[in-house]
Amino acid sequence: MNKENAVGTAEVTRPTLPQTRTVTLTVNGTEHQLQLAPWTSVLDALREYLHLTGTKKGCDHGQCGACTILLDGKRINSCLTLAVMQEGKEITTVEGLAKDGELHPVQQAFIEHDAFQCGYCTPGQICSVIGLVNEGKAKTLDDIKDLMSGNICRCGAYANIVQVAQEALERRTGL
Amino acid sequence: MKENYTGKPANRVDGHAKVTGTAKYAAEFDAPNLVHGVVVNSAIAKGRIKSIDTSEALALEGVLEVFTHENRPGYTWLDKHYQDEDSPPGSPFRPLNSDKILFSMQPIALVVAETFELARYAALLVKVEYEREPHSTDFEANISNAYKPKKYKSTPPPDPRGDAEQAFAAAELQLEEVYSHTAQHHNPIEMHASIAIWQEDGSLIIYDKIQGVQNSQEYISNAFGVPKEKVQVYSPFVGGAFGSGLRPQYQLFLAVLAARELKRPVKVVLTRQQMFSFGHRPTTAQRIAMGASPDGKLQAIQHNAFGETSTFEDYNEDVVIWPGVLYHCDNVQVSHQLVSLDVYTPLDMRAPGGTTGTFALEIAIDEMAYKAGLDPLEFRLKNYTDTDYNEGKPFSSKELKECYRQGAERFGWANRKMAPRSMKKGHQLIGWGMAHGGWEAKQKEAAAKAVLSPEGKLEVSCATADIGTGTYTVMTQIAAETMGLPIEDVSFKLGDSSLPKSPLEGGSWTVSSVGSAVKQVCEKLQEELLKVAQKNGHEIFKDAKPEEISFANGRMFLSEAPAQSVPLLEVLALNEGKPLEAEVSAKPAKEQQKYSSYSHSATFAEVQVDEDLGTVKVTRLVSAIAGGKIINPKTARSQILGGTVWGIGCALEEHTVMDNHLGRFINHDLDKYHLPVNADIPETDVIFVEEKDEIVNPLGAKGLGEIGIVSVAPAIANAVFHATGKRIRRLPITLDMLM
Repeated sequence: MNKENAVGTAEVTRPTLPQTRTVTLTVNGTEHQLQLAPWTSVLDALREYLHLTGTKKGCDHGQCGACTILLDGKRINSCLTLAVMQEGKEITTVEGLAKDGELHPVQQAFIEHDAFQCGYCTPGQICSVIGLVNEGKAKTLDDIKDLMSGNICRCGAYANIVQVAQEALERRTGL
Repeated sequence: MKENYTGKPANRVDGHAKVTGTAKYAAEFDAPNLVHGVVVNSAIAKGRIKSIDTSEALALEGVLEVFTHENRPGYTWLDKHYQDEDSPPGSPFRPLNSDKILFSMQPIALVVAETFELARYAALLVKVEYEREPHSTDFEANISNAYKPKKYKSTPPPDPRGDAEQAFAAAELQLEEVYSHTAQHHNPIEMHASIAIWQEDGSLIIYDKIQGVQNSQEYISNAFGVPKEKVQVYSPFVGGAFGSGLRPQYQLFLAVLAARELKRPVKVVLTRQQMFSFGHRPTTAQRIAMGASPDGKLQAIQHNAFGETSTFEDYNEDVVIWPGVLYHCDNVQVSHQLVSLDVYTPLDMRAPGGTTGTFALEIAIDEMAYKAGLDPLEFRLKNYTDTDYNEGKPFSSKELKECYRQGAERFGWANRKMAPRSMKKGHQLIGWGMAHGGWEAKQKEAAAKAVLSPEGKLEVSCATADIGTGTYTVMTQIAAETMGLPIEDVSFKLGDSSLPKSPLEGGSWTVSSVGSAVKQVCEKLQEELLKVAQKNGHEIFKDAKPEEISFANGRMFLSEAPAQSVPLLEVLALNEGKPLEAEVSAKPAKEQQKYSSYSHSATFAEVQVDEDLGTVKVTRLVSAIAGGKIINPKTARSQILGGTVWGIGCALEEHTVMDNHLGRFINHDLDKYHLPVNADIPETDVIFVEEKDEIVNPLGAKGLGEIGIVSVAPAIANAVFHATGKRIRRLPITLDMLM
């Protein structure tokens, strides 16, 4: 008998369900203790368990960049890392960028330059621009475009996003 | 002085919510005891499910139910109960309705569990045994079976004019070619998602990703036999859609089904792979036969399209209306036939028909210009039309010549050398190409409500959507300007099915339709204010007629005596502390029927093609747009920039590959389906030419969602020809075609 599962691959042997454990995540400066299974990604931990839905899911495979967050100041795809691996790290999401009600300059610049339309890739783009500045690798316009190419914007706001990134780099380097 | 908010750049009113992550999209609402559904899709393209074994999945602790065709409750099966506002003629797909498989990745089960991770895992444990039947997904192999649908979804192909066949045969310059592109998928970055919350009284609260909440409401009401007033649908933010949200998608039906059965709130979010399972821009082939005189006057156009559809619905789009809209030619014959395949029904995707038809026609025009030895821009001017020949009506406005002039000047078109391969920079062949396009500017009936609070705050509402297009912002601008209120005192509400009736958010008609309703409801509110003033014997307004009063800076006055103005708050105070309300339904004016209304675009593109490697890079783009009044130049520019990005994707990247052996779209993720990324986008100039139109609608605005894409892909294809001398008539243009 030709038995297939839904995705057409051969039958799998079923492991027992993973046990949950207490995971401590530091998000936007606050420690959270969560009961999580080892298979929960940082992205799902943020969205489904902490209800911090500012970080977006666009593919769950590291192909679109919508879930970009800052981990100890470096930009990463939060769908590609497990929550249990990130204890003790500083996670910053879009919700943690504004200080005392004042927008982060990159957030403000996104509004001024109209660097988004539907807004869904925006939190990832914002974190990515901040990560780009922190990295200090981008020197030219082409660098910016290359290094921002991990964040897809289907609405096509790229030209405006590039302007935001240029401004942010100029602020950083004082150029 | 009255503050004019329209016509001036304004930041998005929802910008703060979007940059702080507080804007909530469909999957981001919470409900107590919410559970998660994950969809299982068919591995085959045609046949039936012989058996479906859910026992292993159900054995897991925390898995609540697996819904399949075997245990789906017996709801209505009538076609009409599953048809929605955007359904093509035919028999709509009904999820889990039977064991029959109609297309690959058809949803065949919904696994519901306490957590998302568990539902995802359990979905892998559902065992399905299929009885396969040979499928038919090869477009080219089936083109000989093409048929004329009994009923067209969009405009039926226009009637022939003159004798195109004879005129073509007699023409000195002739061209006959086939132009094609494969399927493309919308791929908004937000995946389709629905949350259904069942209430004790049998009513439903739904959060859905949709371009029209009332479409989802009606669909669910019909499919589940629940009265409309018991179905409340919200969609305050939509993470892009581009047409994918015009029809309620299967995750909505499945979430509602599970919520009703389990009596718990259910959330179903599709995966990126599943975003390739419910509709796409159809594979299309177009034959164009064109005849012209030696001096470059068009004498005949035959435009015959073949478009893909499913086996259960007849989908078509306006591919062949463009010869009659874009050119003066007396002998035109067009047709549109369908090729039915074992795929899901195609679905309107940004500028449906326009993108496809313009790409073919505008490459053909470029080819004919070369045959005539004329500059492609000069050739277009020679065949310019002020009449829409499909309708036999003049355009209500058409500033395309100004688009040509300003676009060409900005681009430096005058410096172009005509001969292909005549411009080179090192290893890079440089090519300059251009194309033009149009998109209909329609006004549909739409309603709006306005409420002015005793504190002078205005809220205007309509059940429309903002899919990134800027609806929230432009409606706020229109309302603030009409009422003469500071923009901070005005808000606009949408995405709630209980609000006044709206057409679907699509077709570039939202500003025209909803914007006109917003303007009119504010005018009605002004009359109400006048009535209140008069009822209470206000001295200044006692004999005034509505047309004699004006509003500015939060004050009301006789137009001829602005010095004696009265604060709105003073008038509102006369209304016993109650808010003042008005509601209207705005319909297109009769006068519009005498005209045809289109927006127009002219795109100029520069490409560099690596002579050895065949790689194409777009290095410069100028898009000049005649779109009537531009309500918000800032968001408008973004719309057009977005359109050019889509045009680049269409020309060079986007291609959903059908594996005919499996009958399945094989590159169904964002790794292998190539979308334009930041590095693909050149310096782009957007020009809005001045265009006054008092016919198109009370605002004079034409809508910009689609005009930005239509002429981009052919301009790039024409530039590739100019660079390389190779005429590519199949999109996307990839390096193997140029080697």
